[in-house]
Amino acid sequence: MQVPILKQGAYLIASIQSALEDDDLVRLCDALSTQVGKSRARGVIVDVTALDVMDSFSTRTLVELATIIRLRGAEMVIVGIQPEVAVAVVRLGLKLEGVSTALDLEEGIAYLDGKARSSGKEKNDRG
Amino acid sequence: MSRTRSRIGVVQPATGEAPVGEDTCVPIHSAADILEARKRGRELAVALGFAATDCTLVATAISELARNIVLYADHGEIRLNSVARKNSMGIVITARDDGPGIADLQRAMRDGFSTSHGLGLGLPGVKRIMDEFEISSKPKRGTTVTARKWKCQ
Amino acid sequence: MLCASGGVSEVTGIVPRTMQSLEWNTGPARKEGPQVRRIDKRMQSSTANPDQNTMAAITSKAWPPAESEKSGTAYALAGVARHRASDESGTVELLRSLAHLLRENRTQLCEEWSRRISGASLLTAMTKEEIFAEAIAVYNNYVDALESGTLEALQAYARSLSERIIPRGVETREVIGIVLLLRDVLARSLFAEYQSDFSMLNRVLDSYEPAANRIANTVAVGFVQERERVIREQQEAIRVLSTPVLQVRERLLILPIIGEIDPQRARQLTEQLLRGIRTNRAKVVVIDITGVPTMDATVANHLVQTVDATRLLGATVIITGLSPEIAQTLVTLGVDLSKMNTVGDLQGGIEEAERLLGYKVVPISELAHAE
Ligand SMILES: Nc1ncnc2c1ncn2[C@@H]1O[C@H](COP(=O)(O)OP(=O)(O)OP(=O)(O)O)[C@@H](O)[C@H]1O
Ligand SMILES: [Mg+2]
Repeated sequence: MQVPILKQGAYLIASIQSALEDDDLVRLCDALSTQVGKSRARGVIVDVTALDVMDSFSTRTLVELATIIRLRGAEMVIVGIQPEVAVAVVRLGLKLEGVSTALDLEEGIAYLDGKARSSGKEKNDRG
Repeated sequence: MSRTRSRIGVVQPATGEAPVGEDTCVPIHSAADILEARKRGRELAVALGFAATDCTLVATAISELARNIVLYADHGEIRLNSVARKNSMGIVITARDDGPGIADLQRAMRDGFSTSHGLGLGLPGVKRIMDEFEISSKPKRGTTVTARKWKCQ
Repeated sequence: MLCASGGVSEVTGIVPRTMQSLEWNTGPARKEGPQVRRIDKRMQSSTANPDQNTMAAITSKAWPPAESEKSGTAYALAGVARHRASDESGTVELLRSLAHLLRENRTQLCEEWSRRISGASLLTAMTKEEIFAEAIAVYNNYVDALESGTLEALQAYARSLSERIIPRGVETREVIGIVLLLRDVLARSLFAEYQSDFSMLNRVLDSYEPAANRIANTVAVGFVQERERVIREQQEAIRVLSTPVLQVRERLLILPIIGEIDPQRARQLTEQLLRGIRTNRAKVVVIDITGVPTMDATVANHLVQTVDATRLLGATVIITGLSPEIAQTLVTLGVDLSKMNTVGDLQGGIEEAERLLGYKVVPISELAHAE
């Protein structure tokens, strides 16, 4: 299952539509980290609303992606983590340290906008 | 290393406990089977009336165990059973493979120990999110993990 | 706990001890012939204190017989051994004519029954008219069940009756009491009817009793189950109410926890809070634990996990009212308190929350100044 990546203004948005096989997740992360450079995006939003499980593997993969995105000069935010999934992630002992999270897509965009503003770069392209 | 089977934890059939319904066996050969196994586990938890959070915990535990099978043993199986005891229902997950086994179980159960650059949180994490946990393994023979979750009243 | 298919032993569990002394054996394998004695006893006791004695009379005789029993010799209606020739069809026949008889005398027996209910101070929450109306309905179902041997309709009726009367405060002992009174009223009418033919009376009672016991059991168990369901629902409602997730202003929730937290309550609090965050689109949550006297390691650990899970939903937690003791528990658990957002009291917590949300708090004096 391929995850479509949309570009909206200065942001890349990847909305995961259903449970992902390991390879698909890895492929998505590869695609995002190359595209963030190519498209000179300032932010990446990964929407995980449709994920009913986030285990050790998927969490690690997303955390690594966040690190790469940051190294490329952009911000990543994960949006849409379900309450039950959040509990499971925490109880497994996983830490999403260094990864920003927001309630949903709208909040994710607001978060990235806020970041851009506070770092005084908002004069750069948005839409 | 010892050739005998080592084991950590106990999941004993408590007295007065009975299996209910058919058990499900999901053969694990590829990453796609991980999804199938956890889907089945969630369905069973929902059918037994588990709270939403517990359904997710069961699915998550299955995900970890099934992935370990794919990663380290190539193939194996996940068995799902429902059990009843005096005033509660439970789910038993049994992950079994005849892969290389784990030489040092103590170490494998430690947070952060991984031979695959993983986070090393799979096994200890499953122990934390389930109510009962047992792992036994014999080098060159394989590994069996049994974990159980009871429905909260 | 209780299951409808179980014996009647559950019901006797609720009957006061003193009422359990009398034992009527309705079992099939009676060796000697205690039947006459049994009836004597019944007559004695009926005069002594009929209502209480019938209370004790529920025994665990199976009725209607299971399919397997019906075909075999073990057909278990009491006393049938002596009438084996006429047996099965005989009993069915007998119950049918009993049902017919009871239908004919319905009004009169229902009146008698209602009178006895009021006399025993049962169903005091209901008016005479209500009691009579329910009495007729129960009676009809009772007689139908007696005749057909199937309990489904009666079960359904018992449940709906329970739904109606539980909210009015009717108690389990009352329901058991009225069902046993009905049994008694009917048994007395059978006495009156068959008085002259002693062996017929024996046969009638042998057929009637196990059936009546099973019916009484069905109604009582139905009631108890319904009552338990209601109690569970109420407990759940109280739990939810006991810690409301309050929205004080847009995007700001307050969770004031009062009282001890056990692991089960902790789980519920977390679920409620996380769901509340989603539905209210909250960004900041103030968890006030001023009212929590102590916290063991398990619950403290849970609190920390809740804070972490909240963050994954994109919200920030501020903890207020953390007592030195609980703070110590957290430190012992290895929690880095500097990473937790703690503020002394609820007021301070709300101010901090508003600051995080981008509201500016202006002292009233300044407001006055600006005007
Ligand atoms: N079924 C198995 N067969 C053989 N070895 C296993 C098996 N399961 C786990 N192991 C060993 O135990 C170690 C710890 O497993 P665990 O699941 O805790 O962490 P991980 O798989 O390395 O990382 P993570 O699960 O966090 O992604 C593994 O690295 C592996 O060496
Ligand atoms: Mg693993």
